Amino acid sequence: MKGFLRLVARDLRLALRQGSDATIAVMFFVLCVVLFPFGVGPEANILARIAAGVIWVAALLASLLSLERLFLTDYEDGSLELLALSRIPMEAVVLAKTLAHWLVTGVPLIVAAPILALLLNMEAAGFGVLVLALAIGTPALSLIGSIGAALTLGARRGGVLLSLLILPLYIPVLIFGAGAIDAALNALSPRPHLLLLAGLLAAALPLAPLAGAAALRQALE
Amino acid sequence: MHRFANPARFLRLSAAILPWSAGATVVLLIVGLYLSLFGSPPDYQQGDTVRIMYIHVPAAWMSLFVYTNMAIAAAVGLVWKHPLADLFAKAAAPVGAGFTAVCLITGSLWGAPMWGTWWVWDARLTSVLILFFLYLGYMALVNAFDSPERGIKAGNVLLLVGIVNVPIIKFSVDWWNTLHQPSSVIRMGGPTIDSTMLWPLLVMALAFTTYFVSVVLLRVKAEILARRIQTLRLSEAQG
Repeated sequence: MKGFLRLVARDLRLALRQGSDATIAVMFFVLCVVLFPFGVGPEANILARIAAGVIWVAALLASLLSLERLFLTDYEDGSLELLALSRIPMEAVVLAKTLAHWLVTGVPLIVAAPILALLLNMEAAGFGVLVLALAIGTPALSLIGSIGAALTLGARRGGVLLSLLILPLYIPVLIFGAGAIDAALNALSPRPHLLLLAGLLAAALPLAPLAGAAALRQALE
Repeated sequence: MHRFANPARFLRLSAAILPWSAGATVVLLIVGLYLSLFGSPPDYQQGDTVRIMYIHVPAAWMSLFVYTNMAIAAAVGLVWKHPLADLFAKAAAPVGAGFTAVCLITGSLWGAPMWGTWWVWDARLTSVLILFFLYLGYMALVNAFDSPERGIKAGNVLLLVGIVNVPIIKFSVDWWNTLHQPSSVIRMGGPTIDSTMLWPLLVMALAFTTYFVSVVLLRVKAEILARRIQTLRLSEAQG
């Protein structure tokens, strides 16, 4: 447990000192959403109708953006091999690095989302659910993404390949995440969607580190 | 199982099976196509368009069957490091992707006159589309590494992760209210489909299965031979 926390702290310190990953993810998220009013036109009711989906798709792409580097830098400078030799189990390494990734890229997205929802004229009823759905959904995105990041370690054109592998697996999170907000906006209960989303997270939490660790061991063989 | 890990034994076995499975494919396809095009009645509502079913449904079954088999082979390859299980998964992937593509295309052609649309975003269609992307992703991942072994192992993990999609596809028509009709052949309480349509369907499904067996045997054989050639070349270069 101590090693786990130290690993999270190390990754956070690295991310904050370099400072690029977190800001780039949020910048991308904001720009991606801001493009839509130019694309579909500035009518307020159309934007309000598509806001939930647009924000979710943009959040999905933004979390994908920095996933490629989740294990890559450690793999290239050899620290991943040292981590594999240490007493911390590989599954815990994957979980720690995923947690750090979520804290660095996922949390800023949750903070930025209500502001973007405001820009897209989303009704106030959806705001709370939007934040809640993103808070449950983005950790699931990071977890599922960690499998892809581990699988594509050392591959040619790893980044493009990563999106090809991971985006289909992101679809359930997208469906229930956007569904919860739509339900809240239409005066229905968002509870079933949020529960299903939490179920996805609960399934990904133990399973994704298992698969990710298996993939990492192969990469290090 | 480890008896079949020997490539030479596999080659002998496949040489014995291949003529039979290939012959069975030809015979079953001819019989199945005759039955489905001429030997079965048109549907009372859909008319002759129902004949698309005899391609669409077997292709859909095969897309799931192939993926499940690939995932089982992936598990065997990861647990026991079985070399032929790895090769099987790699060899079966393009065939499975082909079946999935046929299923999607014929479904779209069937949907246009019957539902009035080429595509709807209902649970069954979307989950099959995801299956198609999983096949493509697996194929891209396997070929993305300089060392083929690493690609196959990474692909095995991906196959096991993607298996979550198979039950979703199977039960999507029961769990969600979809435009796609629920299963009428494999269901509790026996098939609801009439036997004049069931028989051509089963013959076609069998033909697709023997076709799959033949093509995969050929592809695994080609892969083994390609590796042999590479080893020979390497030993020649070391001279």
